[in-house]
Amino acid sequence: MLEKLTPGTELDGYVIGERIHSGAQGVIFSVASPTGGGPLIMKVPRIGRGETSESLLNFETEAMILPTLSGYHVPRFVAAGDITRTPYLVTEWVEGDSLEHWLKGGPLPTADVVRVGAAIADALHSVHLQDTIHLDLKPENVILKRDGTAVLIDFGLAHHARYPDLLAEEKRFAAGSAPYISPEQVLDTRSDSRSDIFSLGVVLYEMATGELPFGLPETMKGMRDRLWRDPVPPRSLAGDVVPWLQEIILRCLEISADDRYQSAAYVAFDLRNPEQVVLTDRARKLQSAGFFGQVKRWWKARDYLPVRFQPPTLFAVETPIIMVAVDTSHPDDYRHPALRRTTSRVLSLSTEFRLICVSVIRAAHLVEGAGGIATASGLHLEHLVRLRHWVEPLGLSTQRMSLHVIESANPADTLLEFARCNNVNLIVLGAPGAKEHALAWWRSVASKVTANAHCSVHVVRIPVRNIRTDAKNHTGHPSGLK
Amino acid sequence: MIIALLSDIHANLEALDTCLKHAQANGAMRYVFLGDLVGYGSDARSTVEVIAKHAAAGALVVKGNHDEAVEKRTGYMNESAQEAIDWARKTLNENAKSFLAGLPLCVREEKLCFVHASASFPERWDYIDSLSAARKSIETAERAHTFSGHVHDQMLYFQTGVGKIGSFRPVPGTPIPAKSHHRWLALVGSVGQPRDRNPAAAYALFDTTREQITFYRIPYDHHAAARKIREAGLSETLAYRVEKGI
Repeated sequence: MLEKLTPGTELDGYVIGERIHSGAQGVIFSVASPTGGGPLIMKVPRIGRGETSESLLNFETEAMILPTLSGYHVPRFVAAGDITRTPYLVTEWVEGDSLEHWLKGGPLPTADVVRVGAAIADALHSVHLQDTIHLDLKPENVILKRDGTAVLIDFGLAHHARYPDLLAEEKRFAAGSAPYISPEQVLDTRSDSRSDIFSLGVVLYEMATGELPFGLPETMKGMRDRLWRDPVPPRSLAGDVVPWLQEIILRCLEISADDRYQSAAYVAFDLRNPEQVVLTDRARKLQSAGFFGQVKRWWKARDYLPVRFQPPTLFAVETPIIMVAVDTSHPDDYRHPALRRTTSRVLSLSTEFRLICVSVIRAAHLVEGAGGIATASGLHLEHLVRLRHWVEPLGLSTQRMSLHVIESANPADTLLEFARCNNVNLIVLGAPGAKEHALAWWRSVASKVTANAHCSVHVVRIPVRNIRTDAKNHTGHPSGLK
Repeated sequence: MIIALLSDIHANLEALDTCLKHAQANGAMRYVFLGDLVGYGSDARSTVEVIAKHAAAGALVVKGNHDEAVEKRTGYMNESAQEAIDWARKTLNENAKSFLAGLPLCVREEKLCFVHASASFPERWDYIDSLSAARKSIETAERAHTFSGHVHDQMLYFQTGVGKIGSFRPVPGTPIPAKSHHRWLALVGSVGQPRDRNPAAAYALFDTTREQITFYRIPYDHHAAARKIREAGLSETLAYRVEKGI
């Protein structure tokens, strides 16, 4: 079919334009739609005489998964041809540069690593939320749009939890690109969303240092190296890599998926809130484990080499980010314990979670008598101390939570924006009861957040014990109160 | 065209009625019953009547091991299962018995194959409980789509163009593309006696035009079905299993 597709010819109404890309698996054309609209591309697999069925299975996988995905972080699906007669896939043409193009100039400055890394983590999180694992994350599959968001392309190796995995048994070509795949992918596991976190770690490493943590392995033995070898710490390759960035990168690159970040949203959060990153030995390392250290790791890896990884499919909904809004301006408010009890109950439902505690305070320059920077930071610190005091009884480790005091004249919008940017799954906040007229302002914050949040909202109220007004409406006396 | 595939009904009229209604509401134009109409449950007579009526209207019905057990003694039934078969034999009239006895073991159409257990030696009632058992059935059926029951759990096996067999536990309500250039073996689950700790009835719809299989779990009044088993004086175990889905 491919040879017939020359510029100007038509396929199911799509007018073929220029050939954008020609690879071993297939060809990509720019096409014009019969109904107009934005620019489109058509992917056509190489099939027929002399071609392997490999490209067809990858193509079929993408044609099955892409129509089920939505959002800013994937190309919009337009149409697919009949796979047995005219296999093709039409999607929107994503305007932007591939990350591969960006990396041609060598390593990126830290600010770009962080910005782009968080954008890719957002994209992965969005895909994970839709029960899909990309499994082939690498710079050429990331398009960076002008608005700063990242779009993931090429779902030919992806895995979707609600569809059969046609590639599961096709070990020869079901793994992604050698430098980027996770240890469990080397061992043929395709159902762990944390594999994408590992690949994100490789991409972050490459952006920060210009090097690949495991080189460009060409043999199976070379690929298995990542089952035990620890990569050279980025800080020893690039002087401007800061300890917290190394902490994030090396945590993504942990051999065991359990030791990595459990959700792409956590990676995005840490990249955007470096002051909240808990530094461990990973941040301090300046060289790989020595000879004996490597031998030890290799010996340890031998134990699990013959056993196939059998991890659970871990999807983003099981690793929630919970945000609780605490009113530190009224530290003695009687509602605080109730808010804490509810937060504790919500946290007990997940084994993996992140808690973000936020207090929105009035901007310092609006506070009467606030004169200089010293006062502003003093105020900030005071609220931070109160926030810590509020959260301490929950007994959470610092790795599980973060504290934020934000100055704003508009608390509802600030909470909503903060929740959206940090991929929050649930907002917990208190609200005054219907009869507490003096607190009407705070009630309006709660109702605005509830009405406009992108995620679930849990509003905590203290049941009103005084039923005097309600009793008036009854015709008789409540029993026993005569 | 949408085909409803119902298997292992096991004399559970409440579950059957609910699934048939659901199938009709979702556009089913053809009905295929994949065997084990009787056994375990108490409504053998009405169940066979309903299915025979569908057969008269063009539905396809294949025989299951419990249907066979009504006509001839088998050695593989446990005590409570045998008790339910004896009960069925007592309550079924001659018409119903000859309907069951006359059922085919396996039916192959141009593109589809229907069999209760495995297309490879259907009379041996082998369970499809492994990739190799699935491979045998798929390769003997020699059809793009094979539909079976016998194993009470829902499962989808597939053989890609390169010959590898894979398996997939379907998510109820999600239409799965099952294109005919691969081969597929769908175990549609049990209408009348699910065993995965979920009492909801299991069945599937196949859209032949879109080549799409959708597995379903349909809640029904399983307490009523269990009550009838107790009222019929059958083993308490059978009632309990329907109640708990075990």
